[in-house]
Amino acid sequence: MVVAEADLVLDRPRPRVNWTPYVLVLPAFVFLGLFFIYPMVQAIWLAVTDPQSGAFTLSHFRRMSGDLYFRQAIRYTLTITALAVPLQVMLGLAIALLVNTRFRGHSAFLYLTAVPIGISDLAAGLIWLSIFTERGYLNAVLQKLGLIEVPAIFLSVERPDWLLGAVVLTEVWRATAIVMVILLAGLQLIPKDYAETASVFGAGRWQTLRHVILPLLGPSLQTALIIRTILAFQLFATVVILAGRQIPVLAGEAYFWYSLYRSPNVASAYAVLILLFSGSITWLYLRFLRPGEGRA
Amino acid sequence: MTLRRLGIYSAALVISAWVAVPLLLISIAAFTPRDVLYQWPRPLWPEQFTLETMRFFLRFTGVWQSTLNSVFVAVLTIGLAFAIAAPASYALARFRFRGRDSLQLAILATKMFPATVLSIPLAVAFIRWHLYDTLLGVALVHTALSIPFVTVIVTSVFVGISYELEEAAMTLGSSRAQAFLRVTLPMALPGLAAAGIFTFVLSWNEVFAATILTLNHRTLPALIVDSVIGAGAPLHFRFAGGFFMIVPALIIIFLIRRYLLTLWGVTVR
Repeated sequence: MVVAEADLVLDRPRPRVNWTPYVLVLPAFVFLGLFFIYPMVQAIWLAVTDPQSGAFTLSHFRRMSGDLYFRQAIRYTLTITALAVPLQVMLGLAIALLVNTRFRGHSAFLYLTAVPIGISDLAAGLIWLSIFTERGYLNAVLQKLGLIEVPAIFLSVERPDWLLGAVVLTEVWRATAIVMVILLAGLQLIPKDYAETASVFGAGRWQTLRHVILPLLGPSLQTALIIRTILAFQLFATVVILAGRQIPVLAGEAYFWYSLYRSPNVASAYAVLILLFSGSITWLYLRFLRPGEGRA
Repeated sequence: MTLRRLGIYSAALVISAWVAVPLLLISIAAFTPRDVLYQWPRPLWPEQFTLETMRFFLRFTGVWQSTLNSVFVAVLTIGLAFAIAAPASYALARFRFRGRDSLQLAILATKMFPATVLSIPLAVAFIRWHLYDTLLGVALVHTALSIPFVTVIVTSVFVGISYELEEAAMTLGSSRAQAFLRVTLPMALPGLAAAGIFTFVLSWNEVFAATILTLNHRTLPALIVDSVIGAGAPLHFRFAGGFFMIVPALIIIFLIRRYLLTLWGVTVR
């Protein structure tokens, strides 16, 4: 990997303070300040001030929490995250380990399993809609097998569990690839001799995996968990396509409050809530899943 | 040993099918005649394929224009992201300076930043800055989202090119800028192209910010979300749209497959 060679060039000694790197870094610094720090501050500001008078108020948060969809949105967002993320990590790990055995055809396999990285949540929703919709492929298959006579309706408000299942499945299908790539990059940083040494000392494959590979993979697992959980809190298009507003989620509510009810303030309150969720889950992961040295 | 091989191959086969079958199904759906899509019993494999469904999608009001908008936004994003991130990547790859590690960490942290959190306050700000409902406004947000990715790829590309070559050019009398342009840049081009291509996908796929920040100048994903939520677009429109959105992804992931691990891998030292 290119990455591991980073030190070679950098350790060249460089006398006197050189201002060139600071000048080179400045545009990125200013831009990120303008488009990351500013909106974050602005979101908090919008969420706690009155649009007319500019005075401090908690009314937007009260409107948000008083809304019918609020509790459901929190519950569904957390449920989807809790179901999808562990599945993504397990499947992602399995694929990464498979690729790492370097079986014949592993590069084609890697390419195929990485394809969903380039697929948006919107497109993934549409793909699985073609499967789960009333005249979709799933019903066609069930009918061919003689299991049903009339099309079953999977995506309906009367069956929230099915809706939830469809969303989770779509998320696992789409986002496992990112986890896989993170973990594979981590696996390739582990020197081959570690596993070899373990097997010389009589460790079986599973033992090697459990006691040598997985602990060394800690930082990558942590990164994968953090990235996937935070992205799961932003889940929007997949849900909107498969379930409309029957499965309310936080990002979806932010969208509806902004576009439908024209209230940027309540939408910002949702944005702040997502920010709080993301911040606290990252903190929890860093605090309680500390691998050797905590790299983010 | 052969049992293990068998296990590996069958697992690989099952997982490949899990990824590939839905892609295959949407591709079939996009070329299935409209009436077959609504038929019951629904045939799995249509007797004949047709371009009619795709043609219906592409002729749908606004689709063509929003596709152009999407491409324009993506190209603008690539330009902006490179102008801003490439110098920083060069600095990260070639210099050791104070604050380098914290900068790298900050850039990595932005990778996990919710587009949701950015978009809504920025929509309010953009109205004031006259950027609301403009393609430039969308491109600026996409630039912010792509900078972390462009930075990690481009940094790794520069790290991979020996600094000694640049130094040699400087000893032979060229300036640092000349050495960069004549020596490093040509060698970096494939990697830079990969970063550009990835930025294109990121912008082409981005839904939330584009939906929030535009009204009449929709990008393609924003238009599709709009026509599904607002207008309840018919199923064949949705399938054709889904297929149309993933075609670039299939090509693009293939082109940048060498850099897949760099994109998401842990690259902070």
